[in-house]
Formats: sequence, structure tokens, C-alpha cells
Amino acid sequence: MIEIARNRRRPLPAVLPPISAGRVEIEGRAKQIIETGRNRLVFGGVMFALAFLTICLRLVDLSVFEAAPHARQLARPLATERAAERADIVDRNGVVLATNLGVQSLYANPREVLDVDSAAKRLVAVLPELNENEVKARLKLDKAFVWLRRKLTPRQQAAVIRQGIPGLYFRREETRVYPHGRLAAHVVGLAGDDNVGLTGIERSFDEVLRESDEPLRLSLDVRVQQVVHESLSRAAKTFRATGGAAMVMAVDSGEIVAMVSLPDFDPNVFENVDPEAQFNRGTLGVYEMGSTFKLFTAAMALESGKATLRSSYDARRPIKVARFLISDYHAKNRVLTVPEILVYSSNIGAVRMALDVGTEGQRAFLEQLGMLQRSSLELPEIGDPLIPTPWREISTMTIAFGHGLSVSPVQLVSGISALVNGGIFYPATLLKRPSGTVPGRRVLSPTVSDQMRWLMRQVVVHGTGRKANSEMYPVGGKSGTAEKAGRGGYRKKSLLSSFVGAFPIDDPQYVVLVMLDDPQPTKETYGYATGGWVAAPTVKEIVERSGPLLGLPPVHVIDQDRDGRIVEASAQFGTFVKR
Amino acid sequence: MIAVARTDTSVLGRWWWTVDRWMIAALAALMAIGAVLVVTASPPVAERIGADPGYFVQRHLMLLPFAAALLIAVSLLSPRGVLTLSTALFTVGLLLLVVTLVAGVEVKGARRWLSIAGFSLQPSELIKPTFAVLAGWLFAEQKRGKLPGSLISLVLFLFTVGLIVMQPDLGMTVIVAAVWLAQFFVAGVSMWLVLPLAGVGAGGLVAAYFLFPHVASRIDRYLDPSSGDSYQVSRSLEAFMNGGVLGRGPGTGRVKEIIPDAHADFIFAVAGEELGVIVCLLIVGLFAFVVLRGFSRLLSENNLFVLLAAGGLFTHFGLQALINMGSALNLIPTKGMTLPFISYGGSSLLALSLGMGMALALTRRRVDSGAFL
Repeated sequence: MIEIARNRRRPLPAVLPPISAGRVEIEGRAKQIIETGRNRLVFGGVMFALAFLTICLRLVDLSVFEAAPHARQLARPLATERAAERADIVDRNGVVLATNLGVQSLYANPREVLDVDSAAKRLVAVLPELNENEVKARLKLDKAFVWLRRKLTPRQQAAVIRQGIPGLYFRREETRVYPHGRLAAHVVGLAGDDNVGLTGIERSFDEVLRESDEPLRLSLDVRVQQVVHESLSRAAKTFRATGGAAMVMAVDSGEIVAMVSLPDFDPNVFENVDPEAQFNRGTLGVYEMGSTFKLFTAAMALESGKATLRSSYDARRPIKVARFLISDYHAKNRVLTVPEILVYSSNIGAVRMALDVGTEGQRAFLEQLGMLQRSSLELPEIGDPLIPTPWREISTMTIAFGHGLSVSPVQLVSGISALVNGGIFYPATLLKRPSGTVPGRRVLSPTVSDQMRWLMRQVVVHGTGRKANSEMYPVGGKSGTAEKAGRGGYRKKSLLSSFVGAFPIDDPQYVVLVMLDDPQPTKETYGYATGGWVAAPTVKEIVERSGPLLGLPPVHVIDQDRDGRIVEASAQFGTFVKR
Repeated sequence: MIAVARTDTSVLGRWWWTVDRWMIAALAALMAIGAVLVVTASPPVAERIGADPGYFVQRHLMLLPFAAALLIAVSLLSPRGVLTLSTALFTVGLLLLVVTLVAGVEVKGARRWLSIAGFSLQPSELIKPTFAVLAGWLFAEQKRGKLPGSLISLVLFLFTVGLIVMQPDLGMTVIVAAVWLAQFFVAGVSMWLVLPLAGVGAGGLVAAYFLFPHVASRIDRYLDPSSGDSYQVSRSLEAFMNGGVLGRGPGTGRVKEIIPDAHADFIFAVAGEELGVIVCLLIVGLFAFVVLRGFSRLLSENNLFVLLAAGGLFTHFGLQALINMGSALNLIPTKGMTLPFISYGGSSLLALSLGMGMALALTRRRVDSGAFL
């Protein structure tokens, strides 16, 4: 059949030119190629069909079987997306020191503003702090978004809405608010518009605050902070001091319960903060602390065994070293016992004690008390101590009475805490610590610590600390008055007057430091601007007002022998240690 | 519809009775859905880049009639006309590719765009359909024994792909290579060659992974979403979940406000969220219809050139749709590619109109079946 059919189509195969045989072949091959192509096209089509089917299955799987129940999942992250969440900062009792507040910010889409001149005029009428020309310039920009005023109060927002200006919109933002204003400004610090911590705890815990949902609990007690702030401010005003610092530390944990530096600032309006006001004198400033250092000298001498409470030192005449002359402020010109050296704040006696121990011993002892390293307090604003290099004998002599080594007030308070708490050094902290969990380091024997408490009590009862003597809580302490270093030496008339006290001194719980920078004498102080006159009364005030807040029951303090005579040291000390 | 008599022998009359009218309807439906989606998806994107909200809408709607007209006009051509047009445009495209490398506009680290008199042009888009036609002809010529077509097309392929890789544009490379390989396969390459060629393709992808950091990072993110920012894909998947069966309603979606490419590469997610899975299945169905109907029409085709060229064009169309939808559904690593006729994108829209116009022209019923061109 096939043969016939072929024959019919090409009836004369024999006479065909050879080329036509080739053509048959080509047509046959072409058919085969087309056939292969078609088969493979079918294969491709099947693959495509499978792929499209996969897409369909995935679609149904996602939309039907994994469908969001309320279809709000997406909307929620939108509302809060990048919304600057920042954890609160609270005091040890949970009182809010820094929090966030939702506010509305005003922006415009200039392309939708119909009448720029009238819009600007009406806007400035309700927001007078805006500049009309500037608003006009912004509204004329060829943009879809311009800020007009950030962070409006609800009242301002209502006023803008009432104007009904087309093309104006609000956007919700968050702003950082410090309910207590300047009260703890240096400690809490500042966070800027863009949710970035700039100073203080806001900066040192920036990441924690951004990521945590829990409030950050500080060691501060806002009530004590208020007492300290008020008392220091009053003292600074009374004595016309250029600034001051005060703090209260819990001696058994190193927690800072209150910390104030003056001048201060209101963190809620920080646009024009004077840099001077942002300076934390309690931590960033380093000062020659003066006679309060004699406590370290005495403790060092007692701890080394070179001295006892009965030891006496020759303070009959000033000491001449090179071009320096070391003399006493309240000169007795006689041989003084260790308690007398502190009570009368004898420079000469302190120098002799320090020389007994020697340069290396002094250096090692001060290092133990943290005087030679920057404080570990959790603030970015921490000053490095200024340590004499080389540490010559003359350095040993001047450091004995608190000159020649500059430390920050918080370092001093940490060291004094270790002297009175039984001899354990706790690093200063601004975070609340659960009691009994703070690791400490023994730096002093308990006996010497007891002796130091007694000596500090003697200073308050008999010596330069009398104005700190409270009838509610027994206070022990030491005044310090340093001449501030100025051009070409120390300036007699420019003082740094301080008092560091511990209470209740029979079982110390807190150390209080008050420091005034360049205080001026008043009539009431008979021309004195020393620590005992200007800082000690403030310490007393802080002790009496914060003691009840800190849960310490007041006791009636029996006045001891106040005739100015120091009684037989060991006998009195014996009765003192019995609590 | 237009009343055209069977006996009408004018150009348009003959066209109407020979062209695949169902396919035209499917393409028109895709364009219409695309118009709706661009209208809803693009304003937030425009606002985000600081342009007028209607910027993309206006441009897309103005371009659509031109694209439709181009599609129809090209579909009027004869197979020989298609070849001539492709050869001319491919030459132009190749020249523009070279110019792009030298004077292109750098966007996000790649030179893919050419700015001519205020219009941006992506020459590689022009390459895709024209090269498919050209390669189809070359393979067919090889079979006819007139030209060493396979070799010529291999050289052309390597040269073109080399230029695109230098931009760099991996997505475009993958499409061009896949279409070329598919044509080679359909042209009857021995199965002994298919596997090694597939191996070379896979090797190319591995090389891209190590050569281009952005490719490596995308693949890493696909394989392990926690290794980096898979923000767009996660939001895209959420969009489908939120849309559910019926969608949240046109205009009410939120995904377009957060995905930067909501009007282009991720427009399918906008469809899923606003119109729901039913409309999405319809869209997939339309794409599948176009590709499979095109293939099935080619099964009765006797002209190898037509078979290969149109097959390549449909493969290109279908692959691009699959890659786009697969990316949005996280079935494959994210690959920047438009959804044919639906996404915003001028060069892409015109190139696809050209490609599908040529496919329509090639699949018209002819009487010259069986003859080589």
C-alpha cells in the first residue's frame, strides 16, 4: 500500500535527478527532528504544569491553613515599628526617675497646603515659638514631608487641629521624661531625641535600656536624694559656693543612696544646658580632699602596727622640707597622741605617722582603699585620680594630710566606708544590690575599724566636727579643708571645704559626704569657711532628716565629756566598742 | 467583539481569524489585574522615595496602552518579520548593553540602566525575547544544515551573558541561560549533552555564590532565615497569611507600606493580602494557561524555527512568572524579577509585550506548515 501510494505521488522515481532522493531524506529527518522537538516540548509543558501546581499548593497552604486568625499581626508591628521604646529607670523603691511619654509631632505635606501665607500665619498664632518666615519657607518646599514642630503638648495639638489647616499631620513619637527634673540629673543623665543615651545611667546602660522590658532599678532612694539635694543647695547658697557635691553610701554594699552635684540642670529642657552644669563633681571631678585623708593616715599607722591609740608624735614645730613648710592650722605646739592628731587635725602629726609607715606602705594601703584607681561606679563620667609620679617622700608627707593626690569624692566615700564597716572594701555602685550578695575585699582588721570609728566619734565630739554632732544619731567623721591649687601654688582664700561622716557611728550604716567648692564665710561662721564650719552642719542635717527615711530609729545621744579634753584614750575606747 | 467576517482578507481580518484570541484575552486579563495592583501598591512606595503618590500609577497607566498596541502590532508580523525584527532589535540591544557598561546609571551597586532623554531603559530586557527568537532560528538552521547554528548561538550566548554578568545582573543571566538551554534541549540535543549542560548551569550558580557577595547573602538567607535580614520575604509571607481566602479588600493592605519593592518584585504579596488566595490562584491559572496553551499550539507546528522561537518565548514568560511568585512565597531564594504584565516597570512591560507579540505572531495559523523558513 505504502509503495503504491509513494509511486502514485512520485510516478517516475527512476528518472528523478539524484537531488530529489536527498530531499526525501531531508523531509524524513525534518519530521524526526520536529517529532523530537514536540516530545521534548511536552516534557517542558509537564514541568511547567508541575511548577505552577506547586505555586498553587503553596498559596493555599499559606493563605488557608496558616492564615492569620485576626489579620492584625502585620498592623501591630507597623504601629510600633521603630517606635523608640526605652525601659524606665526607677529608684530602689520603684519610684520612676525616667520614663517615656507618647507625644504628637506636627509635620506637613507642603504639596497639600493650599494657601501657604495664611497657613503659616494661623499656625504661628497658636504656636508662637515658631518663626513665621521659617514656616513659610518650609511649606513652600517641593516635598511631601517637612517637620514643623516636634513633641507638642495635647493642648498645643488641640489648638493646631482647631485651626483646620489642610496638609498638616501629626505623627506619634516618644519622648523621654524625667518626672523629678533636676533632682538626680547627674546620675540618671540624659537621652536625646533619637533615643540615644547621652550622659549618666542613660548612657552607660544605653543598650540595656533599649532592649530590656524591665525597668532599671538604681540604688538611689529618691527621698534621701531630695534631702541631700535640698540641704546641699541651701548650704551652697548660704556660703555662696561656686558648686558642691554630696552623697550618701550604704557602707555594707557600696550602694549610692543619694548623689548630688551642683550646679545641676533640668534634663527635661536640655537644649541649652550649660556644660559646667553637666559636670558631675561627685564622680568626674578629682580634688585634693585635705584633712579627711588623715583618717587614712591614722588607719594605715594603726593597721601597720607602727602606732597604737596611745602613740604620740612631736608636733612642737613645723616641718621644713625643701622649700615647703608644713605647719598646723589649729597649732598646739606640743606632743600629740593619735586621737589628738585627728581631733585637732594636726598636719605635722599626720606627716610623722605617714613617715613612720613609709612611702611604700602608704602607697600599698591607699591602693587597697581604691584611692589609686578610678572608681568602678557605673557612670560614663568618672575621673581618674591624679597620682604623683614619682611618689617621693615629700609626696608621702603631703598625702598624709590630703594634698598631692587628687581623688574623686566617690572614691573617698568608698574608702571611708571600708574604714568604718569592719574593714571590707565594697566597690561603689549605682544599682540596687540584694543585701548580702555584694562581694567585698578585706582591707583592714576589724579592730582597727573599731578604733577608727572611735577616733571619728572623738573628732565630732571634741574636734573640728562638732557642728556635725546630732542628738538623734551618733555621728563620727572628719572635716577637710583644702586650699585649691591655683596658678603658682595654693590659694589661701579659695577653699574646698568638706566633711565626711558615718552614722550611726556605733554600728555604721551610711557614710555621708558634703563638699563645697569655694565657700565664702558668713557672719555666723565668724569668718571661717572651713569644712567644720560650712560642711559639717549640712552633714548633720542630712543625717537627721534621712535617718528616719532609711529606717534607722533615732536614739538619744548622751553628750560625752565636752570640756575639750581628750580623756584617757584606751579607757574610753573600751567602753565605746561595747555596743 | 469586533465583527470581522471570515471572508475578510485584509491584514486585520486575516489576523483576527488566525491569531490565538484566547491567549490575547488571558494577557489582557493579566494587564487589567496588574493595573489594579499597581494602583493600590505603588502610592506608598512612591511616598517612601519622596515622589508624588501617583507617580508610578500615572507612568504605568500611560504605558499600558502603548504596551497593548505594541503587542498587537508585533503579532501582525509574519515569522520572517519576527526574525528580522528580532535580529535588528537584538543588535541594538547588544550595542546598548555595551554602552550601559560604560555610561550606565549605577543603582544599588549595579549598572543596568541607561538614561536616554529622561527615560531610563534596561537594555537587558530587550535582549531576552529577541535572543530567544534568534537562538531558535540558529538552532533550526543547524538542523537544516545551512549554518553551524548551534556554534554561532553558543558564541552569541556567551558574549551576551558575559555582558550581563558584568553589570552584574544574575537574575537576567539565569533567565537568558535557562531559556537558551531549554531551546537547545527542544532542538534535539543529544541527551548525553543535556546532563553536562545542566551541570555547567549549576556550576555557574555555585560560581555566582562565591563571586558575588549579594548572591551569597541571598542564598544564605534563604537556606537559613536567621542568618540575616529576610525582612521582605517574612513580610511577604505574612501578607499571604493575612489575606486568607478572600483578602482584606483592595487598598486595605499593609504590606505595601513596609516592603520597598511592593509595586514590582513583591506585587504578588500585595495581591495575596488585598485580594486573597482565590485571585492569586486565578493569576497563577492565567500564567499557566498562557504557557501551556502556547506549548500545546506548538505541538501541531511543523516549522522547527517557529517551534523553537515561540517555545523559547513562552518559556521565558513562564519562568519569569514562576521565579517571581516563587520568591514571594519563599519557595526559592529572592530574585529581583518582575511579574509579567502585572508588576510596575517600563522596560520590562515593553519587552514582555514585544516577546508575547512575537509569540502570538509565531503561533498564528499558517498555511506554510512544514517548510523551513
